[in-house]
Amino acid sequence: MLQRLQDIGGRIFMNKLSKAFEKGKAFIPFVTAGDPDLETTEKVILAMAEVGADLIEIGIPFSDPVAEGLVIQKADERALASGTTTDKIFAMVKSIRTKTDIPLAFMTYINPIFVYGSERFIKNSKECGIDALIVPDLPFEEKDELSEICKANDVRLISLVAPTSHERITTIAKEAEGFVYVVSSLGVTGVRSEIKTDIGEMVKLIKQAKDIPCAVGFGISTPEQAANMAKLSDGAIVGSAVVRIIEKYGKDSVMPVADYVKEMADAVHNV
Amino acid sequence: MSKGKFGVHGGQYIPETLMNAVIELEEAYNKYKNDPEFNAELEKLNREYTGRPSLLYYAEHMTKDLGGAKIYLKREDLNHTGSHKINNVIGQMLLAKRMGKTRVIAETGAGQHGVATATVAALMGMECEIYMGETDTERQALNVYRMELLGAKVHPVTSGTKTLKDAVNETLREWTARIEDTHYVLGSVMGPHPFPTIVRDFQSVISKEIKSQILEKEGRLPDVVLACVGGGSNAMGAFYNFIEDKDVRLIGCEAAGRGVDTGLTAATIAKGTLGIFHGMKSYFCQDEFGQIAPVYSISAGLDYPGIGPEHAHLHDIGRAEYVPVTDDEAVDAFEYLSRIEGIIPAIESAHAVAYAKKLAPTLGKDKIMVINISGRGDKDVAAIARYRGKDIHE
Repeated sequence: MLQRLQDIGGRIFMNKLSKAFEKGKAFIPFVTAGDPDLETTEKVILAMAEVGADLIEIGIPFSDPVAEGLVIQKADERALASGTTTDKIFAMVKSIRTKTDIPLAFMTYINPIFVYGSERFIKNSKECGIDALIVPDLPFEEKDELSEICKANDVRLISLVAPTSHERITTIAKEAEGFVYVVSSLGVTGVRSEIKTDIGEMVKLIKQAKDIPCAVGFGISTPEQAANMAKLSDGAIVGSAVVRIIEKYGKDSVMPVADYVKEMADAVHNV
Repeated sequence: MSKGKFGVHGGQYIPETLMNAVIELEEAYNKYKNDPEFNAELEKLNREYTGRPSLLYYAEHMTKDLGGAKIYLKREDLNHTGSHKINNVIGQMLLAKRMGKTRVIAETGAGQHGVATATVAALMGMECEIYMGETDTERQALNVYRMELLGAKVHPVTSGTKTLKDAVNETLREWTARIEDTHYVLGSVMGPHPFPTIVRDFQSVISKEIKSQILEKEGRLPDVVLACVGGGSNAMGAFYNFIEDKDVRLIGCEAAGRGVDTGLTAATIAKGTLGIFHGMKSYFCQDEFGQIAPVYSISAGLDYPGIGPEHAHLHDIGRAEYVPVTDDEAVDAFEYLSRIEGIIPAIESAHAVAYAKKLAPTLGKDKIMVINISGRGDKDVAAIARYRGKDIHE
């Protein structure tokens, strides 16, 4: 297994991100690392991989997550309170990588990366088997902060587009790598009863600028919503709805999360 | 390409959802900052509504008592609403109106920026919502009622440390949810570009006035200008027009809380490291993993884990000095200025008075010092009484 996953040198992993979109529509769940503790997070991630997730976003908790709604804010608080640090998360991902070859992305804010040392952070990410990095407070204008280091280390720095991006979509998409994260709604992360943005139009603009997969996130919680978003794009990203289950079940989250992710992944794969 | 840099500091580290809003703001500012009609309106409101120019008062008793430098107080406390905050609010509100916004939101720490925003919103007929840490709503209860009286809705923020930092987080979150009709009136020289520049420019009226007032009274520039620093807007305003005058010492007084070597401090230059937060690269109080540290100061307005990017740059190049002042020193200075000059300063401004008390006696009588009294202390009276063990109710 390890032999197959690893390149020459024994430590460097091939980037697996494109695998997420190879079989059709992708289901992409998110989990905050260390909520309620890293042992549970590892089990949850492996279970999500097992039941059909195509790419998993691992949130590195931050004290002040300005793009998050209350559900993920609370998860970050729980994770930090349980003693989770960036180094411990690297160790967890390293362990996960010996057990699955599912594509993995880190989602965190620019400060934990920058203060850790951007180069050191990205090198460590690569070495433990991370394929992509999503940084919600690093817009196009500031991506030079990480883009060269990511390129040098074969980690995809994911670009986000929002309902307010308008003419910026083309500029952003042209330089996007891996996939484009389409933010479905205004505001912060969190479950929404309805998504009003014209996702189809945003995806069209992205694809006109670059042939790249687009995955939609923010506000998705039901299989119907996920399927609808997957119809309009290449995949659906779900965070708060997963985290809500973990908030409810704590260390016993593995089964309920697996059940939920299976239902969601099936809905997306059947599109 | 990164914009709004002061040396390595500054930039625009914000979610994509907000990018067009700050670009639109920058375009509006560039369009109007040299527009005669815009500036005439700004000057008229500064003069007739705020009461500018604010006085430059010779503190004769304090000067004699300390026995050193000649001390002047720049009386921003005399502005309408009681602090320097209104200088920036009027400017941003005039911009917001021209941008077609009908609603403003703002963070507040001590409540001074919230009060100023609520005030000008009332004046200009704008809808107004203020985000304030729950802890601050308790220690500045009077200002909460004042904002409500002015027609604003005040949201107590219960996340994180429930202080200024969390109020900024929540206002940023609210802005991403509703941008079309809403302008975020950021209250200090911080946040993403163009805020640090816009706020500095609107506050620079302070140093512009100090310069002409001191030239009129003394025929020369001051030797030292002192101001308290949280995010740093009153200090940036007091420093800005002196930056090129290399002989004028610029001293920012940070809140050391219980002391820089205790965990209970908010002295960012003394204790912080380079980071990226609240839209800007600058210095922040944080741990080795970039988690923002809980900070503490008796002063809600200085209780912030970062500092504006231009201050960080002035520190890097050695153009301005930043010194820590403890709660104890600030409270002593609060009482001192009240008794010796009959002027009750805001507890924030008292941090600058405290350092001036130490510095003035070490300087010759031929030296001139200006202290920016950024706000008045009425709001702090109950808290200071409690600090001294007297339980009085507001």
